[in-house]
Amino acid sequence: MAEQAIVIDPRDSVAVALADLVPGQMCAVKVGDGVKSVEIREKIPFGHKFALKRIAPGENVLKYGEVIGESTAPVEPGDWVHVHNLVSKRGKGRAGQEAGQ
Amino acid sequence: MKFWGYPRPDGRVGVRNLVAVIPSVYCATGVARRIAAQVEGAVALHHEVGCSQVGLDLEITARTLKNLGKHPNVGAVLVVGLGCERLKATELAEGIAPSGKPVEMITIQESGGSLKALEAGASIVRKLAQEISTMQREEFGLEKLAVATECGGTDAFSGIVANPAVGVAADMVIAHGGTVMISEVTELLGTEHLLAARAVNQEVADQICKVIWLSETMLARVSENDASRKRGALISTGNMEGGVTTVVEKALGGARKAGTSKFSGVLKYGESYPGPGLYLMDTPGHDAESTTGMVAGGCQVVLFTTGRGTPTGHPIAPVIKITGNSFTFDKMSDNLDINTGQVVEGTKTLQEAGEEIFREVLAVAGGKRTKAELLGHDELMSVWRPWPEHEAAYGCGQWA
Repeated sequence: MAEQAIVIDPRDSVAVALADLVPGQMCAVKVGDGVKSVEIREKIPFGHKFALKRIAPGENVLKYGEVIGESTAPVEPGDWVHVHNLVSKRGKGRAGQEAGQ
Repeated sequence: MKFWGYPRPDGRVGVRNLVAVIPSVYCATGVARRIAAQVEGAVALHHEVGCSQVGLDLEITARTLKNLGKHPNVGAVLVVGLGCERLKATELAEGIAPSGKPVEMITIQESGGSLKALEAGASIVRKLAQEISTMQREEFGLEKLAVATECGGTDAFSGIVANPAVGVAADMVIAHGGTVMISEVTELLGTEHLLAARAVNQEVADQICKVIWLSETMLARVSENDASRKRGALISTGNMEGGVTTVVEKALGGARKAGTSKFSGVLKYGESYPGPGLYLMDTPGHDAESTTGMVAGGCQVVLFTTGRGTPTGHPIAPVIKITGNSFTFDKMSDNLDINTGQVVEGTKTLQEAGEEIFREVLAVAGGKRTKAELLGHDELMSVWRPWPEHEAAYGCGQWA
């Protein structure tokens, strides 16, 4: 496969790197049966996520077509998305309790 | 579709023919291990419980150890007690006896110490091992087969290929009339709406939501102070290095092990399944506690996906290790049985990977040994101790 990243669900706001990616490279991203191109802005390790679109602080981040957490900082397309700018809304403290009820 | 297994007196079918040496209390674990080490085909079901326990905690321990003794992969049992423990060796042996298999019992205090108990126990186990060695495999349909699904050392590719491939195999097991279990409820947060929508009825849907809510209530309690709040992510550093950021992200990938079939029911920890189908068992995410719960529930084979690579096995159930990461497969080839990484590389379809896993389940059920078995790994034996949330929700005396 020539694509170096994959989008699991067309609704997703992030893609998963299938190789180590470097800043400045144009990455071919597999989306369903199609391919789109994203310019990578940071080092993205194999298996890690990068943004497909601009994500504002507090905005939901989608993978598998579902909300996996919310952004804690402004994110641009091609940015690395991980623990430094994405937090869980579930399974912790008061926020988790409210979400569970 | 058939598999080869050992018929048991209670109508169940074993895929292994082992003598299980089961300590009724952790104090007897050392002697139990040494007894099992003397005899080929014997395994020790080591654990850290059996005394100073009350209520639901004691009930779960008693039921789990009894159900492991009754498990069809076990042809005969020696219970090893200390003599003064809370879970009596006699109670454990009497609980296993209705399965119809040979069950013997010794205690260290009655034997006169650990060396005498070792000598007596090893003689009994040698006799039991010889007794069951004449048993022959016969062919059975998949209505006699239950498969546990588990994941440990998750990375980004577990959720993209390894778990979905196990899901394809799980759907095939169900389609052929068999049983599949998924568990690790603490790692299903955020998937309850997807799982509940697949319940056979509203009652099962409510139970799915309830067990996930219970685990989230526990997480809220333990993360009340600031120090633990920082540990609220519920995922390990290895998960994070592998590209997984949040517990919901891990859960969405993990839930794919259960395929697409309808959920027939929710099982309590270590509870036997009532009939073929897909079940959610209420266990925590700890690999050993979760696997032991599903094996006690009757699963004869375990499908275990791993992204980072783990060597672990269970003393009485073969564990098939599957990765979705070709780098990990090459690096940890001592311990991993199947690679689904070719799906990411585009040289294999997800359906083909799932069919390969399904064929491996039948081969392993029929006697093919997994890498975890061949290398003697038995770390996945551990009995869960319930949280206060479960005691409050279920109370004591409702688990008999």
